[in-house]
Amino acid sequence: MISPLEARYYRRRMPLLWWARRRSYAFFMLREVSSVFVAWFVVEILLLVRAVARGAAAYEGFLDAMAHPAVIGVNLVALAFVLLHAVTFANLTPRAMIVRVRGRRVPARAVLASVYVGWLVVSAFLTWLVLA
Amino acid sequence: MGADEHITLRIARYRPDEGEAEPTLADYDVPLRRDWAILDGLNYIKDELDGTLSYRWSCRMGICGSCGMMVDGEPRLTCATFLTDLAPGPVRIEPLANFPVIRDLIVDLTDFMHKLGKVKPWLIRDEERPVEDGEYLQTPAQLDEFKQFSMCINCMLCYSACPVYGLDNSFVGPAAIALAHRYDLDSRDEGDRQRLTILAQPEGVWDCTFVGECSAACPKGVDPAGAIQQVKLAAAQEAAKSLLLPWRSR
Repeated sequence: MISPLEARYYRRRMPLLWWARRRSYAFFMLREVSSVFVAWFVVEILLLVRAVARGAAAYEGFLDAMAHPAVIGVNLVALAFVLLHAVTFANLTPRAMIVRVRGRRVPARAVLASVYVGWLVVSAFLTWLVLA
Repeated sequence: MGADEHITLRIARYRPDEGEAEPTLADYDVPLRRDWAILDGLNYIKDELDGTLSYRWSCRMGICGSCGMMVDGEPRLTCATFLTDLAPGPVRIEPLANFPVIRDLIVDLTDFMHKLGKVKPWLIRDEERPVEDGEYLQTPAQLDEFKQFSMCINCMLCYSACPVYGLDNSFVGPAAIALAHRYDLDSRDEGDRQRLTILAQPEGVWDCTFVGECSAACPKGVDPAGAIQQVKLAAAQEAAKSLLLPWRSR
């Protein structure tokens, strides 16, 4: 039950555009929105797989659709957001993960460096897979 | 800086006992002195200009955690925020965001007090050793594991900076989770599992979306956002373990 004193408390509500009031909040929202673009790329890959499964004509049709300037434009924006997503995600890793090797704590910088090296290795492998 | 220089403090006043339904801003001119923090300005107002102004303070040196307020919209300790850094003003001073206001600059912290108790921030042992066996010993390296989290002074700046808590105050929140994690990391403690069952609830760590502002606001260099993510990882590992090896979970 609420006491007479509590009934007189002034309770504030966060405004709808709370994230627009501070730069760090706005950047956070940008990072949250980036997940939509990650999902967009997943959908594109699924469409690619479907087109390949349906045969050569469907695959050609998919490539034509992808070459449309509007799609290229959206994909460029999506790429920027996915990079933002990946970089911010990687940068937060050392704070979320305490890594120990032989009982000793690995410095945050080393954890961060290994994340980026891992990313580089996977990217190099995928590039080789596509180009070779 | 001349002896007669002044700065305006624009302070939120809320006096429900006088029938006020919402806070209003009132201007007070206080001397702008090089060694004055905002708290000194508030004390000047209380002593010289208006004795009815209400606010909490105690130590004046960033230890007690009482004097947290919103300064120009940012959560700050008013004893550690200097007037000269905010000149020429006016400086807007409001009660800590995300908490109900009792009067003027005083907020109600009961919600936090309940949550803090819920996460069991004390040493838990499976079996207490008898007192005559002496202290539980700890190496400096074991102390370093949790020391930063023990620096929390419960000033609530992190709760004021956290939009998740602001939007839905069922979230346990940054300081309570950081303090729970402090005991999880303590080599003398055996209560991880008890705390995890509380923190792994939806309104525990999983409410956090890692905005990270709690750590940015902390005046003591604690990283509550990091603590929350570490607990998330521990909770996820525990869940995976009990799924893969159900016979091993207690």
